[in-house]
Amino acid sequence: MSASPVYLDAATAAPLHPVARQALLAALDDGWADPGKLYTQARRARQLLDAARAAAAETLGVRPDELSFTPSGTAAAHAAVLGGLAGRRRVGRRLVHSAIEHSAVLHAAERHVADGGEATSVPVDRLGGLDVDVWAAAVRAPGVALAALIAASHEVGTLQPVSEAAAACADAGVPLYVDAAQAVGRVPVPGGWSVLSASAHKWGGPAGVGLLVVRKGTRWESPYPADERESGRTPGALNLPAVVAAAASLRAVAADAAAEAARLSPLVDLIRSRVAAEVPDVEVVGDPERRLPHLVTFSCLYVDGEALLHALDRRGFAVSSGSSCTSSTLRPSHVLEAMGVLSHGNVRISLHRETSAADVERFLAELPGIVAALRAEAGVVGL
Amino acid sequence: MPDEVLDCRGQRCPLPVIAVARRMPELPVGTVVRVLADDPAAAVDIPAWCRMRGQEFLGTVTGPDGPAYDVRRHH
Ligand SMILES: Cc1ncc(COP(=O)(O)O)c(C=O)c1O
Repeated sequence: MSASPVYLDAATAAPLHPVARQALLAALDDGWADPGKLYTQARRARQLLDAARAAAAETLGVRPDELSFTPSGTAAAHAAVLGGLAGRRRVGRRLVHSAIEHSAVLHAAERHVADGGEATSVPVDRLGGLDVDVWAAAVRAPGVALAALIAASHEVGTLQPVSEAAAACADAGVPLYVDAAQAVGRVPVPGGWSVLSASAHKWGGPAGVGLLVVRKGTRWESPYPADERESGRTPGALNLPAVVAAAASLRAVAADAAAEAARLSPLVDLIRSRVAAEVPDVEVVGDPERRLPHLVTFSCLYVDGEALLHALDRRGFAVSSGSSCTSSTLRPSHVLEAMGVLSHGNVRISLHRETSAADVERFLAELPGIVAALRAEAGVVGL
Repeated sequence: MPDEVLDCRGQRCPLPVIAVARRMPELPVGTVVRVLADDPAAAVDIPAWCRMRGQEFLGTVTGPDGPAYDVRRHH
């Protein structure tokens, strides 16, 4: 029996938005020259870059000169953390971050610590929400150079209390960096931050484009060798056609974001309730209300996460997992670990503009049988 | 001290959790089982299993045999 493919991993990479495809193709013809040069072709490229920057800045509500394009969301996160720390090294060398940051932020933190800096990890509750009291105490400690908070968890979808965290940072005089990779183009991002990053392939732009926003007046210093492109914030020649496509699609998805959220959020509610009701011994994780509109995560007791991913793939479903057996390090997701929820048999579903109610219905119809078959195979039925 | 030791070293998750789930019903209520498990996921999944199943997680002990998790049969 053949199964038509249903892609449910938009939080890794959303399918290319038609506006992105159109802009990309046009810019391949028009935007190949180096925007820094002084001839006609370069001026055309410069116009495209300026227009892309203006559009992205307008969508995010920031000034164009505050926004730089980077080679990925990861590169933007590294620059945000290391640049934010470097800019305030005279104040201190401590980074405060949540326990559920993306690995890009945690790896930058590890680099900082290896270089003699310090880091404080702030816990989350069982639903994956930041402990704001611990956060407020942590940012008030002496010598804090920067605080980093993910806007919404990429693994469980829980929206973080960005406004409260930003208020605590403002009281303490500590700049806040927000990794908004899963939020931009989906939900409004609260203000109060000094540095923000995002990633185009999460909203339907091409992979290999990130955004780094450094608000005016923020003490931020490039962690890279000198390079004057992108206001000196990120080195190297940009992939201009991809940047143009990223900015065009960002504008398009932001315009549709409220309507898409209203369409997808009930589908996530449906997945949450039906998985809990129809798959025995399952733990649906993350905050049921304060959450992204398109993302849901659950763990199936006694089921091997890798086996579950393969079984779903055989039935045409592409999903992601935080289980240790699916990671290259063979460690469980640090997010699930920080929340204290079951990490094996874990599945993350993330929806996008091409996801239909029928896709979700087919997934929900097939999942209980797939899980039951794996449990029967492993001899764990009735445990 | 535990009443029994389940050696799950070398087993990858979910196997250590399955081993506890199999053994528990065979033991009297109140029995303490120490699960030796070196898979890092066990540190998350054994306490989570206890919570889901209403069993009592007593804590993590790290000894010469590596990480171990004490669980008491509660019902
Ligand atoms: C929250 C978050 N931050 C950063 C990144 C990294 O973005 P990119 O894939 O563009 O490197 C991701 C993507 O996995 C993410 O989900």
